[in-house]
Amino acid sequence: MDSIYQKLVDIVGEEHVSNRPEELFIYSFDLGTAEPKSPDYVAAPKTVEEIQKIVRLANEHTVPVVPLGGGLSLAGLAVPIKGGIILDLKRMDTIIEVNERARYAVVECGVSQGQLTSYLEQHYPHLTHSEPGAPPAATIAGNIMIHGQGDLAHPYGFSSDMVNGLEIILPSGDMCRIGSCAVGAGWFTLHPLPDAGIFLGWYGTTGIITKLSLKLFPSKKIRGTGTFVVEDERLVPEIIYKITHTQLCEDIIAYSSAIPPFASELHHINVNIAADSEKELEFKQEIIWDDALGEYIRKGTGGYNGFVRGLQRPQISKTSDYKKGGGFEYVGAIMPVETYPHCYRKGREISEKHSIPYTITGRVISAAHAMMFAWTYAFNRADPETIRQAREALHETDDLVMELGGVIWKPGLYGQKLIIERLDPMTRSLMKKIKELLDPRGIINPGNWEIF
Amino acid sequence: MTYLKFDTETCISCPDTSCLTECQHISIERDVAHNEILKIARGENSFVLHECVTCYACEEYCPYGNHPFYLIVERQEALGITPQPSPLVKRAINIGIPFRGEPEIKEINGPVINLGAFSQLKYLIEGKLFEGLTIISDDERKMFHYFCQLMYLHYGKISVIKERLLKIIDTIARHRPTEVICFHDECFGAYTSFCNAYGITVPFQPVHLFEYLYTRLNELKDLIKPLGLKVTYQRPCSSRLSPDKHRYVKKIFDLIGAEYVKREYSEQNVLCCALTIQGQKKEGSRRLTLEIQKKNIEDMKRAGAEVCVFNCPACFDTLGWKVKEIGIKPVFMSDLCRVAIGESPVDWKESDG
Amino acid sequence: MALNNFPYKDTIHRCFRCGYCKFPVNWMDVNNCPPYARFRMESYSCGGRLWLTRAWLNDQLEWSEHFAEILYSCTTCKNCEIKCPLRFNVDIVNMVVAARNIMVEGGRIPKPVKSFLQNIEIYGNPYGLGRSHRGTWAEENGVERYKDQEYLLYAGCAGSYDERAKKALKALSRLFKQAGLSFGILGNEENCDGNEVKSLGEKGLFDMLAETNINLFKKHKIKNIITFSPHAYNTFKNYYPEYGGDFSVFHYAHILQMLIVEGKIKFIETHKIKVTFHDPCFLGRWNNEYEIPRKIINAVPGMELMEMKKNREGSLCCGGGAGNFSIDLLGGKGSPARRRIREACEVGAHVLITTCPKCLIMLNNAVKEEDLEGHIAVRDLSEIVLDACKR
Repeated sequence: MDSIYQKLVDIVGEEHVSNRPEELFIYSFDLGTAEPKSPDYVAAPKTVEEIQKIVRLANEHTVPVVPLGGGLSLAGLAVPIKGGIILDLKRMDTIIEVNERARYAVVECGVSQGQLTSYLEQHYPHLTHSEPGAPPAATIAGNIMIHGQGDLAHPYGFSSDMVNGLEIILPSGDMCRIGSCAVGAGWFTLHPLPDAGIFLGWYGTTGIITKLSLKLFPSKKIRGTGTFVVEDERLVPEIIYKITHTQLCEDIIAYSSAIPPFASELHHINVNIAADSEKELEFKQEIIWDDALGEYIRKGTGGYNGFVRGLQRPQISKTSDYKKGGGFEYVGAIMPVETYPHCYRKGREISEKHSIPYTITGRVISAAHAMMFAWTYAFNRADPETIRQAREALHETDDLVMELGGVIWKPGLYGQKLIIERLDPMTRSLMKKIKELLDPRGIINPGNWEIF
Repeated sequence: MTYLKFDTETCISCPDTSCLTECQHISIERDVAHNEILKIARGENSFVLHECVTCYACEEYCPYGNHPFYLIVERQEALGITPQPSPLVKRAINIGIPFRGEPEIKEINGPVINLGAFSQLKYLIEGKLFEGLTIISDDERKMFHYFCQLMYLHYGKISVIKERLLKIIDTIARHRPTEVICFHDECFGAYTSFCNAYGITVPFQPVHLFEYLYTRLNELKDLIKPLGLKVTYQRPCSSRLSPDKHRYVKKIFDLIGAEYVKREYSEQNVLCCALTIQGQKKEGSRRLTLEIQKKNIEDMKRAGAEVCVFNCPACFDTLGWKVKEIGIKPVFMSDLCRVAIGESPVDWKESDG
Repeated sequence: MALNNFPYKDTIHRCFRCGYCKFPVNWMDVNNCPPYARFRMESYSCGGRLWLTRAWLNDQLEWSEHFAEILYSCTTCKNCEIKCPLRFNVDIVNMVVAARNIMVEGGRIPKPVKSFLQNIEIYGNPYGLGRSHRGTWAEENGVERYKDQEYLLYAGCAGSYDERAKKALKALSRLFKQAGLSFGILGNEENCDGNEVKSLGEKGLFDMLAETNINLFKKHKIKNIITFSPHAYNTFKNYYPEYGGDFSVFHYAHILQMLIVEGKIKFIETHKIKVTFHDPCFLGRWNNEYEIPRKIINAVPGMELMEMKKNREGSLCCGGGAGNFSIDLLGGKGSPARRRIREACEVGAHVLITTCPKCLIMLNNAVKEEDLEGHIAVRDLSEIVLDACKR
């Protein structure tokens, strides 16, 4: 093993490799409930060539390689299940290009969400990207890799739908490009080339993203959030349907939580609205609140609770300190919007069973084609019993998702198993073939999407 | 059980029924008004109960102190008529539930200033004007233990006030205050008008913030340098519960050399900030709110106001940024008084002008 | 298990490692935590350090030189406290210092830290230079020893011994003399203020320094102290009162501003220069003073002040805090000081001004390391002011 260490030093330099207990300790952990597993090495490359050399080295010695971005998946997706080399990709943090007219940004894999938000606000204030609810230290590449969603999920879809191109290091160490960039054109479109995209959602097991081109969208002068409140969870799907029909707003999130009391047993539907003028803003508000939702207000079953100007971007989350415990994890699932009431009720049951104050959120994706529904379970990192309770609640929720006809989003090991069990046999066989073709030695992020 | 001290005979013999005929939001003639108030007194339904936007003004309009607004809210609740959709009612009821531990009660045996449910404004209580006062409810986590509850008048839920107010009064009293200066005048209205109307004993002396500021400014008269500013005043709904204290507004302005501009909407027919109208069930409420706010601010501008003085933090949040957009500087009364004695409140420094 | 006796045992596990602490106020990069910017390994981030510390206290991780270096690589710049959204943020630096206390008590700290502390104990300064040389900087300027003047000018260790810092201190004393300020110095009676000692976890030594200094100040009947360094300003103002040290404490910028307003400093020369200002952590984030140095710069004729993108609370620490201006755990190509110089150049400044001798030393060295001599110079504010009113 020492020779591997020495070779890593030769590739990235001594300062950017470690096999010392301190680094191995820190890089063993996911921030959620996943069991920690120690890597054998941590390496932080700066260039594509360095990554290629590391991957070739790993192939030569059959050593696992685990690509790591922000490490905020909260599903253990960058825990080195079989040891090996953790590749901390965050040194590759250059924003390479912003094409204003074609509205895209080309970024390296280590660029963080916060960095891009800040850069656009400073240099291209009329452009924005779909920023997820994860802390701003999360990477753009990591988020698209797990099919994340951001504050433009409505109306524009998953973050992975916003990709114009990718640069990938294959498990062989070869580099390839997907999209218009592959034919020497700019990075402006993924289609219409034949689909060679077998990388997103695979957690790096089919290839490590080194660059990507991300669609940007118009950012208007006034951005804010209006809130609609209902008590009956059965109203939420139809309200979402009506709001999305207007085609006049951005992010739509419905949430309910035991704490603070004002959110308890109520459903707040937050609707982001953007406008370049007061006229536009008032027009949109009239259509959404007065026309689309007016009947609920008049009947008294739904209430408009005002519009607050200004979006907090990057977003600040205090969820981890709910129990003053420094920890939480959530099951995120892609669900049909109509399952919201059921998800809510079942989620409360599971939370209450495990003595965790319930927290549920649903974010609308594209034209309400689906929603990302999250059940959040807080735990106290200093109290193993609360971690166990949270883990059990999470597994129960994973089971629930599949029962309710949804799909677990960014599943950890437990969820992956549930999905693989249910997969169409031909699909399963195809996935197996893809993995065997691209990574015959099974070295990239092994343990994930293992299909036997 | 607490009962409203309301006298039907007073309404029967009232010649004007000003409570309803003066109402800015319902167009109603004296004879119809007289009929309706008596229906309400008898516990019957009336269109007034449905049309009321809960601006509190009729409490002031009634020359006999017969509490027409409290009566309206009592009847709304009894008949299951609430101006707001029920999810917003539930939300409001829940928001007042303290859930972050018990407050720390230190016995003060002296004058206090009570921030109520506005602990975040602690930073305004600075300087010579407030010397010698101890702040109670200075912890945002515990502030709902000091919440006067009167907000539920907007939600047709007088029962919630009656249920919770005694405990709130007790919490304040445990600090053993001599005087309680109420930063928000709705608190003052609660411990004077409301408690009087319902026969609730208040074991401390509530003091209106403006009366306190006026007295204190007189003590510091030598420090006052006339401001020479044209000011207007955003009179909040709660001010209608203590109309006898409203005179302190002009007294303070005169003392600090601020010119109180003449407006179309002023004194008894001011326009409220309309925050609680925007979510009401009645069709067009959201737009009505915008119209009222627009009328209010344009009136300020026409009158030449340079500064808009606020009493209530909720009005400030609702209208402060709007007045700023048209070039009028928003400021709390206490901050304006601080500027007059040569101090530099944080918010005054940060905004333009 | 040391965790049971750790004063923050109920808090340290609350760090989620969300990473906000790596960012500056304007979110533009993840290089605002000096050790993380230098090493870009999670172990060196604020969250990483807290997790490792807890693991060490909880016997999950053994002490090692590497761990000790990680613990001591924090410069106590407080960027993390400003960025962390959670309620325990006010105690982040306290947690690091408390862990250092335990490490010091165990007698196992990095060698350069040990030398630093021993030098202070024996020689009253971290450089290990003789006490008798402490006041020699003042000789050619004719600065008087303290004897009932209105102010004590507290020179500090860097100002007394470091060549670059001495130049700035001399400029400051000349300004004070020109303005007719009544001040004196303690010369070779002066001892280390202890700010770095405290943040390095040597509580016993800090207690001794505080008590000794306070007795000395009282012996001389000193009431008003002007410090050259924000580090001394911080410690005299915020920590000495607990030890009975009740003095009016000023940083020199406060006094310069006063002298300018009173007309006792008159500007006669105009030098047109594009300048930028680096906020020292112990004046800025620690003590909320961002504006007075800028007021002074704007008062000096010819100065065109350009702000770096990371300024005020978002300023990138030079990496010199917690003794690192001498211990130098963050030196090298990716050092925060070198990053800061590049940031100053990006904004088009020809002079980077600061009001702290440690920043002055760190950033001045960084100019050389970056090979930017001739492109940008680092100067103390006192030197800038003096240039504009030289007779």
